[in-house]
Parts: sequence; structure tokens; C-alpha cells
Amino acid sequence: MSNNALAQVATVTAMNIRNMSARAASSIVALVGIAGVVAVLVGVLSIGEGFRAVLDDSGARDVAIVLRNGATDELGSNLTLAQTRIIADNILIARDAEGIVASPELYVVVDVPMKSTGTAANVPLRGVGPQGPKLRQNFKIVAGRMFRPGMFEVVVGRGASLQFEGLTVGNTLKWGTTEWTITGIFEDAGSIAESEIWTNDTALQGAYNRGPSYQSLRVKLTSAAAVQPFKDALTADPRLNVRVFTERQYYEEKSQTLVALVSTVGAVIAVLMGLGAVFAALNTMYSAVSARSREIATLRALGFGAVPVVTSVLTEGVLLGLFGGAVGATVAYFAFNGVRASTMNFDTFSQVSFAFTVTSSLILQALLYALLLGLLGGLLPSLRAARLPIATGLREL
Amino acid sequence: MLKYLPLLWANLGRKRIRTALTLASVVIAFLLYGLLQTMNAALTGGAELAGVDRLMTIHKISLIQPLPSSYLNRIRSVEGVKLATSQDWFGGIYQDDRNQVASFAVEPELFFEMYPEYSLPEDRKAAWIADRQGIIVGQSVAQRFGWKVGDRISLRSNIYSNKDGTTAWDFNICGIYAATNGDSNSVYFHYKYFNEARTFGEDNIGYAVVRIDDPDRAAEIAAKIDALFANSSAETKTSTEKAFIQGFANQLGNIGALIAWVASAVFFTMLLVTANTMGQSIRERINEIGVMKTLGFSNPTVTALVLGEAMLITALGGFLGLMLASLLAGALANVVQQFFPTLGMPAHAWTSGAVLIVMLGGLAAILPCAQAFRLKIVDALRKA
Repeated sequence: MSNNALAQVATVTAMNIRNMSARAASSIVALVGIAGVVAVLVGVLSIGEGFRAVLDDSGARDVAIVLRNGATDELGSNLTLAQTRIIADNILIARDAEGIVASPELYVVVDVPMKSTGTAANVPLRGVGPQGPKLRQNFKIVAGRMFRPGMFEVVVGRGASLQFEGLTVGNTLKWGTTEWTITGIFEDAGSIAESEIWTNDTALQGAYNRGPSYQSLRVKLTSAAAVQPFKDALTADPRLNVRVFTERQYYEEKSQTLVALVSTVGAVIAVLMGLGAVFAALNTMYSAVSARSREIATLRALGFGAVPVVTSVLTEGVLLGLFGGAVGATVAYFAFNGVRASTMNFDTFSQVSFAFTVTSSLILQALLYALLLGLLGGLLPSLRAARLPIATGLREL
Repeated sequence: MLKYLPLLWANLGRKRIRTALTLASVVIAFLLYGLLQTMNAALTGGAELAGVDRLMTIHKISLIQPLPSSYLNRIRSVEGVKLATSQDWFGGIYQDDRNQVASFAVEPELFFEMYPEYSLPEDRKAAWIADRQGIIVGQSVAQRFGWKVGDRISLRSNIYSNKDGTTAWDFNICGIYAATNGDSNSVYFHYKYFNEARTFGEDNIGYAVVRIDDPDRAAEIAAKIDALFANSSAETKTSTEKAFIQGFANQLGNIGALIAWVASAVFFTMLLVTANTMGQSIRERINEIGVMKTLGFSNPTVTALVLGEAMLITALGGFLGLMLASLLAGALANVVQQFFPTLGMPAHAWTSGAVLIVMLGGLAAILPCAQAFRLKIVDALRKA
């Protein structure tokens, strides 16, 4: 019996799929509808994935950032030379041949025109200590050379050089009364540093009349486990009034607003467009059922049960969803993956450059969503097909 | 044409489910359109609402660099400048790091003259100006933290520390302002109090806001102001308030292009859906159209009826969608107000929406119209 039922399901479904071409126009509409939803959804969510990739590559667990107490970001923080020296004395900081692995840093933003809009944007300009590059594990110069200490020279992150006007090797930039020469382009495995322009701390102090003061101190600790004791030691020190973040925690906090914004917008678009696509699929499937009502009634009259009929309609819906989803995801992958963009992160008041990233889990998610849309689109029409009275069905033209 | 309305209506009622589903798709498309327009307007920060006679003078290197406060008097001496005042971004935080408050140090005596779009009862204004620690707050920020006039609040700054050794600053709430430009989330307090108590940056200002006599001379006056400070250690960049806001919004990247892209994807899909439904309902009624033509309905009339049907469904769905969007935008405004000032769905969404309704209806009807127009009576009647 169950074999027979299965055979019935298979027969009716196969027959239905074979004659889908007869209803091509309307099937294509539903397919395009679902593909459109999936493409837009994947596109919007790939922005979020892109941010996350930048942050995942930026936040080391054994690197700590020290800011003035009360500051929520580097821009608003400041530390004196004396404070940075007291902190650098801590025994939990890693050491190498050149001494302790710590970099006192300055962080300002400068106006550089954005290529996409032509208007000025806040590009971060960071002054790093001699050990600065060591605190970013994958730092390497990919064009030109490193800046020389004490000179008005800068190196530009790869992301920034792609997104902003005039950030190429050999160019000079005039900020205030100082002229800066771009001597190189650097990479850091896609981390947030690639959105920045770097120079050495003393040149920036001079150009900005900062005297011997800094905004943050970045240190590499002997291990990730040393973070808590390091934090405790600094907070207990009466000479200091600072707060300590791990690099990972800092960048996670600094991206919350942006990630929340993108995922909210993505969710709203997905739900609304999804509804639209379900309506399109429902329309298609209802018409398919009504076009086939005579055929369905004939099948029922021949003794086929309700289950095979329902299954065949549902299968059609699911196939539409899957194909539409696959088409949409493919389009999204080729249209968006790797596209570079830059946006304002209000939490740091500076630009972050990132690449749209279509991950495999994103595609899987989108396919599941498309499947669900197809299933929803097929469900009601399939029930109608099953309930169709045989006599009425046979009488229809 | 109006006499055919009952006929069009009856045709829509023929396949109720199909009509309902098509209508729903169109509603969704226009709802999404309205919301996207709202988002676009919110993100561009109401550049259209900027004062046409106001300029912003900022440090040439970046907005975060301060200017000497002596610049204000020099700007005031420029011919064509009516008024100039300072603003400083304070980086205010209320109680928890997450509660960031848009807070500005301003000159209260000049504030309302510079920004006529902000209103406060006269006695509250006087109280604010008289109280050195006075602060005025927007309606929604007051609601968010339960602030009332007369409350004493403490804000921390994530930039400045106070000479008493803390980062906390005390303020007395003197009034809750209303503003017609969508800003109800900011707080404004005395520059003098701020300037005397901060530990660094004394006698600097964040940027200058300038009001001019004649908006047509904005470019010329801006150039004059910048020329005053050329080759100094703090050169300036002066632009109209609108250009400044637009430039700031552009920092988000090309949001407008992204939104246009999403909207066209939605419309392309909806166009297909509506065109397909229309095509289908015409195919099913070929016989009937043949009968109508036999009875003496002309080709143009039959075509117009098909077009009218498509227009009716897109117009119904479109206006319903835009209406829903404008209702929803109002509700959403409260949620996102923390991030952007919002004024609900912009008025131009209605007009551009109406254009889209006509386009969508027209495009969807092209094929069915052609079919109905060309249909020969004999063929139509034979198809039964």
C-alpha cells in the first residue's frame, strides 16, 4: 500500500514537473520574484558580513588598548607621556629584541574626498610608535616603503587608498601648514587598520601641536590570560585614571550601531520583499492549479488520492523557490562579492572601508528562505487542488 | 470613461483571490518604496530643511579640529554677515556609555536668533540664558530619560574632563524645546560654563555658524570668510549649511544609489507580477472581449478598458501602500530617533509614488492592451 502511495506521488509529481513548461510565463514570474528577493537580501546582508570580517581580523585577544577613563573611543581620549611610561613598565607586556611590544598612538581624522560621492569624509590618521606595526600581526607594505620616523611621511591602508581620492604612492597631501608625502601602501589582512592612514607619532604630535601627549596606548600582553591582571593592575594604580579594553572587545563595541543598522534594514527588506514574493508565488500556483483543474479531477477520478495531488503542487512550489533562490544567490554572488565600499562608523566618527562578503552560510540561509517562500506559495493552492470536487473539475473547460 | 467604472470594478471581482494577491503585491511594493524614501530622507539628515541663509565655518583639516574663539568676531566683521555664533560637540553620555546624547555648547543669547526653527516659551528662554548651568533639551530625549523642567542632571563627556577632576558636568534643565526641523534629541547648554570648566582647549570653539543677509551671495561670503584665515595655523572651510549636512550624510557612502537599486529590483519584480496577472485575466476573457467588440465597442475603448483595469489595481494598491508607509514611518520615527532626526515619510514620496503608479500600470498593461486591440472578433469567438 505504502509503495503504491509512493508510486502515485512520484507519478503525479513527475507529470506535473514535465508540464510546467506549458505554464512557463507565470512560473518564470514567480521564479524571478523569489530570485529578486534573494539577490537583494544577500546583497544587503553581505554588507554586514563584510563589517564582521573586518572586525574579526582586527580584534586580537592578547592586545589591549588603554584609554583615558571616561573616553569611549580613541578620538576623545588622551594620555600623557608620563602615563604611557608608567603603563609600559607593567611586567605583563610582551617583550622582544627591540624592547616592550607597545605603541603609544595618536588618532585624528582628516578630510579626504570620497571617490563615490566626491565629498569630504573623515579618514582616520594614526600616529604610531616604532613598535606599532608589530601590534598588527599581518602588517606588511605592499607598495613603496615605510615612512621614516620624524619625517612628514605617511603610509596608506589598502582599503583607504581604494576608496578615497589621491591616496597613491608619491602623492603629497596638505593638511594645515604641513605637507605629507605618501611613501607606501600597506595591508593588514583586511583589518580595520587598512581603512587608516599611518604616520609616526612624533611627526603627528608636531603637526598637531600635541606636545608629548598621546591618545591611546596599544600593548601586546604575554598571553590572553594576562588581560584581566593587567587591567586590575592599571585600575588599581593611583597614578593612572584609565580604562582598558582588549582590542577585540573595543572593535566589537565600536561596531554595534553599524551592524544593528544594517541588520535591521536587511530584516525589514527581507520580510517585506518576501511577502511580495509569496503573493507572486501564490498567484502563480493558484493559476497553475486552476489551469490544471480538469487534469487533477481526471486523476482523482482515476483513483489517485489527495496526497499525491497535494505533493505535486507543493513540489512545484518548492522547485520554484529553490530555482529562484539559486538564481538570486548566483546573481548576488557575482554582483556583490568583493565589491569595496566605505562608510561612516558613528561610534568612532571615522570611515571604515570594507568589502561586501557573500559567505556560504549566507547563501545557505538565503536558499532556505527561498525554499520557505516557495513552500508557503504552494501550500494553500495545493489544499485547494485536493479539495476540488471531482464532478465540478471535470465539467470545467 | 467614468461610466465604465462599475464594469472595471466587476472585472476585478471576478477572481477575488487573484485580485487580492495582485493588490497585496502592489501594496507591498509601494510600502517598501515609501519606507526606503523615508530612510533616505532620515539618512540625509533633512538637508532640505537646512536654513538657506546659514553657513558653517569649520577647520579646513577636519570638523574635529577646533578654531580659536577670536575667529567669531573677525567673521562678524565680514560684510554681508548678520550673525555668527559658536557650537562645540560635547560627546555627552547620560549614566551609561550606551546612552549617548547629542550635546552642544552654544551661546544661548544668540541661539534662537540663529535658529528660528527652535521654539521655547519666553520665560523658559530667559531662565536658560540667566542660568549658567542651564540646559535645554529636546522632547524625545526628555521622554527617553524622564527629564522634567527643574531637574538637575549630570552628563559625562567622552572628550572633555572637568577642572574638578571628573568627567561629570552638572546641568539644570531650564526648558524643553520644540523644533520644526526634526531635531528633538539634542541638548544645548552654555559655552561659557563649558569653556571655563574644561581642562584643555580653552578659548577654542568647535565650529562657527554664520547667518548672512542674502542667500544668493553665500558662495561669495564663504570665500571672504575663508580668505580671512588663509595661511594661518587654523585655516577654515566655509560652506552652506545644506552642503555641510549633505556632505556629512555622504559620509555614509552612496546610500542613495543603494536605495535606488533596491527599489528598482522591487519594482521590476512587481511589474512582472502585475503584467502576468493582467495578461492572464485578458487571456481568460478573450471570448468576452470578442462579444464586446461584436456589440460595437471600438478597439480603442476595449484597449482603454484593459488599461483602466491595470491602472485601477495599481492605483488602489499604490495609494494603500504609500498610506501604510507613512503611518509606519511615523511609528518607526520613535524607534530610530536616537540615531537620526526624522520627520516621517517625505512629501515628495507621494508625488514620485504617483508617477510610479502610472508607470507601473501602463507598463503592465502594454501587452494585454495590444492583445485586446488586435483581437479579431472571429478568432475571439472561435476560441470558445
